[in-house]
Amino acid sequence: MKILVCITHVPDTTSKIAFTDGDTKFDTTGVQYIIGPYDDYALARAVELKEQTEGSITVLNVGTAETEPTIRKALAIGADDAIRVNAEPTDSLFVAQQIANAVKKEGFDLILMGRESLDFNGGMVHGMVGELLGIPSVSPVMTLDMDGFTAKMTRETEGGKESIELDLPFVAGCQEPIAEWKIPNMRGIMSARSKPLNVIEPTGNDQGATLEKYELPAAKGAVKMVSADNVQELVDLLKNEAKIL
Amino acid sequence: MSILVFVEIAEGKIKKTSIEAVAYATAMGGEVTALAMGDIDQSELAALGNYGATKVIHAGDSRLNDGVILAYANVITAAMKTSGANTLVLANSSLGGSVSAHVSIKMNASLVSNVVALPETSGDFKVKRSIYTGKAFATVVLNKANKILAIKKNAVEIKETGGTASVESFEADLSDHDFLTKITGVQKATGDVLLPEAEIVVSGGRGLKGPENWGIIEDLAKALGAATGCSKPVSDMDWRPHHEHVGQTGVKVSPSLYIAVGISGAIQHLAGVNSSKYIVVINKDEEAPFFKAADYGIVGDAFEVLPKLTEAIKAANQ
Ligand SMILES: Cc1cc2nc3c(=O)[nH]c(=O)nc-3n(C[C@H](O)[C@H](O)[C@H](O)COP(=O)(O)OP(=O)(O)OC[C@H]3O[C@@H](n4cnc5c(N)ncnc54)[C@H](O)[C@@H]3O)c2cc1C
Ligand SMILES: Nc1ncnc2c1ncn2[C@@H]1O[C@H](COP(=O)(O)O)[C@@H](O)[C@H]1O
Repeated sequence: MKILVCITHVPDTTSKIAFTDGDTKFDTTGVQYIIGPYDDYALARAVELKEQTEGSITVLNVGTAETEPTIRKALAIGADDAIRVNAEPTDSLFVAQQIANAVKKEGFDLILMGRESLDFNGGMVHGMVGELLGIPSVSPVMTLDMDGFTAKMTRETEGGKESIELDLPFVAGCQEPIAEWKIPNMRGIMSARSKPLNVIEPTGNDQGATLEKYELPAAKGAVKMVSADNVQELVDLLKNEAKIL
Repeated sequence: MSILVFVEIAEGKIKKTSIEAVAYATAMGGEVTALAMGDIDQSELAALGNYGATKVIHAGDSRLNDGVILAYANVITAAMKTSGANTLVLANSSLGGSVSAHVSIKMNASLVSNVVALPETSGDFKVKRSIYTGKAFATVVLNKANKILAIKKNAVEIKETGGTASVESFEADLSDHDFLTKITGVQKATGDVLLPEAEIVVSGGRGLKGPENWGIIEDLAKALGAATGCSKPVSDMDWRPHHEHVGQTGVKVSPSLYIAVGISGAIQHLAGVNSSKYIVVINKDEEAPFFKAADYGIVGDAFEVLPKLTEAIKAANQ
C-alpha cells in the first residue's frame, strides 16, 4: 500500500499570535514550528499501517524551504521519502491542486491528512483533494483499520459517530484517537538525513480567496471573583448580568 | 442574488446551526432557497420560512438519510445549478465542512469556512473568518463568481420573520459512485445534550482526580441543561470519552456559558473555548491561568463548591 501523508508546518500550539506589516503578516518572532498536531496523528497511523501491511509512506508539504526541518521530522518518525511543493501555501484551493497533481503523478492508494490545519483551521483541503481526484473523502476520522483493500473507519459527527466501510483509494482527515503521536528516536533521526526529499515546483496559481487583513480578538475584561462561600452571588451574576439562567 | 442554504437534519428536526445558516443568508439579502435531504416532515421544512427562506427544496431519496458526502455534494451542486444560486451558505459542521469542499471544486467556487460575520459586499466580496483556533480573525476576499460560506456557530442572531416557505421535491441523478462510502452503523453519543452545539457546557479537568468523581460535574450539567466536556489529559486517561475532549485538538465549543472545573487553562484548552460568551472558572489555585480568560471565577475546592452551586442553581430554577 502506497500511503501519502500531507503535513502542515504550523506554529507550536503554545505560540502567541501576533501580526506585523499593518496586520497583513503573521509575526514569526520567537515562534517554534511543528508538524500540525492532526497531521501528526495521520502520520502516526500511517506508520502503524505500514508495519501491518507493508508498503511505503511519502510525506508531502506545500511550503517554502523553511518547512524542511518539519519535513525531516516526519521522515524521522517513519516516512520513507518526502515531496515539498515549493510555494507559499496561501490558499486551500491552491494547496489542494498541488496535492492532487502530485497524487496523479505518483499514484497513492491512501491519502491521509489532518482534520484541519492549526493555522487556518479550514478543514477543506481533504475534501477538495478528493473531489479533484474523483475519489471519496472522509473526515474527521477517529479510527482506521485496513482489511485488504477495504478500510473500516469511524467518523465523528456532532451526534456521536458513524462506522464506515470504504475501498481504496480515498482521502481521510484524521484526528485522535486514531493513533498516539510518535516521537522520533535516534535511529530515525539519523536515517532521516539521508532519506529523499524531492522539491518540485507548483503548477498554476488558482486562488479561491485572498487575505486582506488579520485581526486579534478584543481583550477580555477583568474577571469578577466570587467567594467560594457565596455561590449564590455567582448564580445572581449569571442571572442578572450575563442573563443566562 | 440567489442564495442556496443546505440544511442538516438530526432526529427529524432541522439542526439549530442550519437555522443559523438560513438566518445568515436572509441577513445577506436576496432570494433564499433552502435544501434538505432525506426523510423529514414537510411542516418542519415549511417552517424554515419563519427564518427567511422563501422556498425549500427537498431531496427525499431515503438513501440520503445518512450523510454520504459525495451524494450530498452532488445534490447540492445540482440544486445550485437548478435554482441559479451562485452562493451556498451552510453550517460549518462535521459533515458540512467536507461536503462544501467537494462542492467548491464542482462549482469552481471560493470556499471560506469558520465564517463569523456577515460579508461586506460594497466593493470586493469580503468576509471575516476565525483562524488559529479562535485566537485571531482574518478578513478574506473571495475571488470567484461562485461563493460558499460555511458559518461558525453563533455568527448571527436568529430572527423570526413569521413567514412560511413553499416546499418542492427535488430529484438529482445519483450513481453508485456517490454511495461508495458505506455507513454501516451510527452510534449516538451518551448524554442528552450534544457538546458541539450546546448552549451551556460544564467541563472537568485533571483537578477532579478520577472518573469516579464525575458525578458532581454531571449533576451541575443536569441542573443547567448543559453538555459535559473535559480537558485532553482526562480523555487521554480514559476518564471520559474522546468526543468530550475540548480544545485546540478536540471539540471547539461556542456556548453562551462555559464552566471549567479543575482545569488549569493551558493555551491549547483555551483555544477550544475562546468563543464562549461567558466563562466561569472554578479552581483551587488562584494562580491558575484560566482565571485570566474568565468572566467569573471562584477559588475553591471543586468537591465543596460544585454541590453548593448545583443546589443554588436548582433553587433558582424553581
Ligand atoms: C499539541 C498539544 C495539543 C493539546 N491540545 C489540547 C486540547 O485540545 N485540550 C486540552 O484540554 N489540552 C490540550 N493539550 C494539553 C494541555 O497543554 C494541558 O496539559 C491540559 O489542558 C491540562 O489539563 P488540565 O487542566 O485538566 O490538567 P492540569 O493542568 O493538571 O490542571 C488541573 C487543575 O486542577 C486544579 N485542581 C486540582 N484539584 C482541584 C480541586 N480539588 N478543586 C478545584 N481545582 C482543582 C489545579 O489547580 C489545576 O489548575 C495539548 C497539548 C499539546 C502539547
Ligand atoms: N500546505 C500544506 N501542505 C501539505 N498539506 C496540507 C497543507 N495545508 C493543508 N494540508 C493538509 O490538509 C489538511 C486540512 O487542512 P485545512 O483544510 O487547511 O484545515 C491538513 O491537516 C493537512 O493534512
